[in-house]
Amino acid sequence: MKNVRPILYAWFALLTLLALTIGASFAPLGPVLPFVSYAIAIAKTVLIIWLFMEMKTRDGLQRIALGVGFAWLFILLLLSFADILTRGWLGA
Amino acid sequence: MPDARAVQPQFPTLERQNDADHFGMLLFLSTEVLIFGGVFAVAFTLRAEHADYAQASKQMHYWIGGINTGVLLTSSALVALMVEAVRAGRAKLAGWLLGGTIALGLVFLALKFTEYALEYRDGVVPILSDANLHGGVERLFMDLYFVATGLHALHVTVGLCLLGSLLWPFGRARRERTAVFAGNAALYWHLVDIVWVFLYPTLYLAR
Amino acid sequence: MSPSQVNPRMSQEAVPDTPEERRSYLAEGHSLRSWLLTTDHKRIAILFMVAITFFFFCGGVAAALIRLDLLTPAPDLMSNDGYNRAFSLHGIIMVWFFLIPSIPTTFGNFLLPLMIGAKDLAFPRLNLASWYIFVLGGLFTLITVVAGGVDTGWTFYTPFSSTYSNGAVFLAITAVFISGFSSILTGINFIVTVHKLRCPGMTWGRLPLFVWSIYTTAIIFVLATPVLTITLVLVALERVFGLGIFDPALGGDPILFQHLFWFYSHPAVYIMVLPAMGVVSELITNAAHKQIFGYWFVAGSAIAIGVIGFMVWGHHMFVSGQSPYASAIFSFLSIVVAVPSAIKVYNWTATLHKGEIVIDGPLLYALGFIGLFTIGGLTGVMLAMIAADVHLTDTYFVVAHFHFIMVGGSVSAYFGALHFWWPKITGRLYNDMWARLAALLIFFGFVMTFAPQFVMGYEGMPRRYHVYPQVFQPLMVMSSVGSSVLAVAYVLPFFYLFWSLRYGKPAGPNPWGATGLEWTTPSPPPKDNFETVPVVDKEAYCYPEQGRAGEPQTQQAESVDA
Repeated sequence: MKNVRPILYAWFALLTLLALTIGASFAPLGPVLPFVSYAIAIAKTVLIIWLFMEMKTRDGLQRIALGVGFAWLFILLLLSFADILTRGWLGA
Repeated sequence: MPDARAVQPQFPTLERQNDADHFGMLLFLSTEVLIFGGVFAVAFTLRAEHADYAQASKQMHYWIGGINTGVLLTSSALVALMVEAVRAGRAKLAGWLLGGTIALGLVFLALKFTEYALEYRDGVVPILSDANLHGGVERLFMDLYFVATGLHALHVTVGLCLLGSLLWPFGRARRERTAVFAGNAALYWHLVDIVWVFLYPTLYLAR
Repeated sequence: MSPSQVNPRMSQEAVPDTPEERRSYLAEGHSLRSWLLTTDHKRIAILFMVAITFFFFCGGVAAALIRLDLLTPAPDLMSNDGYNRAFSLHGIIMVWFFLIPSIPTTFGNFLLPLMIGAKDLAFPRLNLASWYIFVLGGLFTLITVVAGGVDTGWTFYTPFSSTYSNGAVFLAITAVFISGFSSILTGINFIVTVHKLRCPGMTWGRLPLFVWSIYTTAIIFVLATPVLTITLVLVALERVFGLGIFDPALGGDPILFQHLFWFYSHPAVYIMVLPAMGVVSELITNAAHKQIFGYWFVAGSAIAIGVIGFMVWGHHMFVSGQSPYASAIFSFLSIVVAVPSAIKVYNWTATLHKGEIVIDGPLLYALGFIGLFTIGGLTGVMLAMIAADVHLTDTYFVVAHFHFIMVGGSVSAYFGALHFWWPKITGRLYNDMWARLAALLIFFGFVMTFAPQFVMGYEGMPRRYHVYPQVFQPLMVMSSVGSSVLAVAYVLPFFYLFWSLRYGKPAGPNPWGATGLEWTTPSPPPKDNFETVPVVDKEAYCYPEQGRAGEPQTQQAESVDA
């Protein structure tokens, strides 16, 4: 049971981030808000993956196995939004 | 204590077999990431194409969603501790932690369905009760909300079934193969948690 | 057999009639139960082979109806609606129930463990589950047919599929949705097997190229299929409950559907063609009796195709209303993906160069693949050019292009694999003269069917119409006649291959003098493949003496009696 402390720290950090993301949504951030929200969500995910899912102690292959899903999701979003965000640029 | 009978003939060692199980589970989780990725693609498109997206999001019960996020994060921490306890051979402690995880999972579902009930009462459920649901992006947003949270609730239920199968028959938590299964079930539970971590700001906190 | 009927590739050193002490996998029980509850990867491969052959036949019937109707410019055989349903069914069945599973689930299943020196796949029960899921999906397809079929085409474009179509869209979507899980499970199984079950000495640099192809294909299975799964769920929800996801009437984005759909369906083309490329690498090296030219280029180009193949899907959407900026990016990436494919073609050709080539059935299939795939690939580069594509979108040019890749390429390779590994799977030798005849018939029948379609498409004949101007009739008739030649050529192997089961000579463990580990086992292999775990001490395709049998990758040739 040597990993109890990191798990508890991570849990505490996660709840802090949760409070932060709720608080940020009420701040007058305007168009910056999504970036703050998703940055916090990514930070939470990193904590969960690294400490709860134990990727910290896993070999490269296992990290790739999990990471590849996120990487390919990034490809999907990046190239789809290359269309969706630029569609109005012509002939608006 | 390694159980020799648990090694299947195609594996040279039990260690390799456990490794393969773990690796296979992580690949499966990658497919789950991409399944939910489709839902997020829809959500991001909706947000990019409709300026009123934030307006629709403001009608969500953000505090129920917030409590639910806390519930899931805590249950994830408990299940991570449970895996540690199983590995350390502390079956009784593992049993309690597992019970706690499952209880929190049930709390999550209960809150989720309370929220659905509130929305039904408010008349913002598409098709079933749409008295107060205006057309346009509000309707699209609620469609997306029910698809996304419904799919997530389905995964929570599957996760609970996986974890529940560890609980019974009681005391299986001692054997090494069970530790592997417990580890993999916990991985699934963490992924369900991650999905919610992204759903929460997407649906509730767009202001 | 007369000399012309014997395959010239047969190595003189082969010892045919070794009495086998170990029971073959085929002899492990003959009951239906012993097949339906098996976890042996070889038996599951046979189960898949039976299932996909059935669907190949179903899809073929639909194709025959289409070609028959197109003999005349008038709509005489089918109604408009009937024609729409025929080509939709043809597409759905051929794509998801034949081409996607074809080589991976049959030869991949059979050969992957054998080639890497393993006793089975990593998850044998999951493998069987994958077959049952596939069959369940297939059942839904058949129910779709009974329920009246679908008229959306295989692409299920919204909002037609979700709102307006009067076909059994929900059933068809369910069928494809279910079969997707079969793909995902097979993919996970293959990836884990390649990583965790290679025998001692089988380093990544010694893997047969077929394994590299199947491995890449499995990665695509795992990363592409989930996106299709969720997309189909969303379409089904929209159709059944009237939710607004893609529906433009409610403010949804129908082009988003196309993005999500092609994120799967373009890589799916590589699911169909990569395993075929792996087969060709095996067939070519063995026919030339040479080490592959540029092993790492061939292996690496498979991975490159797998990765870049995910970034080109927008070339299906140049006229959809997609942003021209995105189109420019997709056009560029689509041209880039042709590079690794070209590398492969050059390397196969260079492997044949100065080889002691044996011209037999399997080689003719492999050469057919190279020729037809090259034409299909080059016309693909043409279609990647936006200016040309705007003119050619939804014409017969596109139809001809992807049939050259999928049918000319992949199906030829499937038959090549069937002929090359038939002696391993069944333990029998077939009559090679018939094999050569069938291979030639497939090639010429295919070209006759689809080459005219390039011309028609270039001249503006749109796809998915069964009424057409009189001027196209000669080319249409040529195409239909070609398709009947093709049909005969596809049926022919069933006769001589089944004949060989009863009358063929025993093949012996390694009739071709090939180098892979699968050829060190008896034919057909016993249930657990290898008596002792093989130890690999050589690279793949080691042919030290020109024109002679190669050296197996392991010294322990256990089956050639010790």
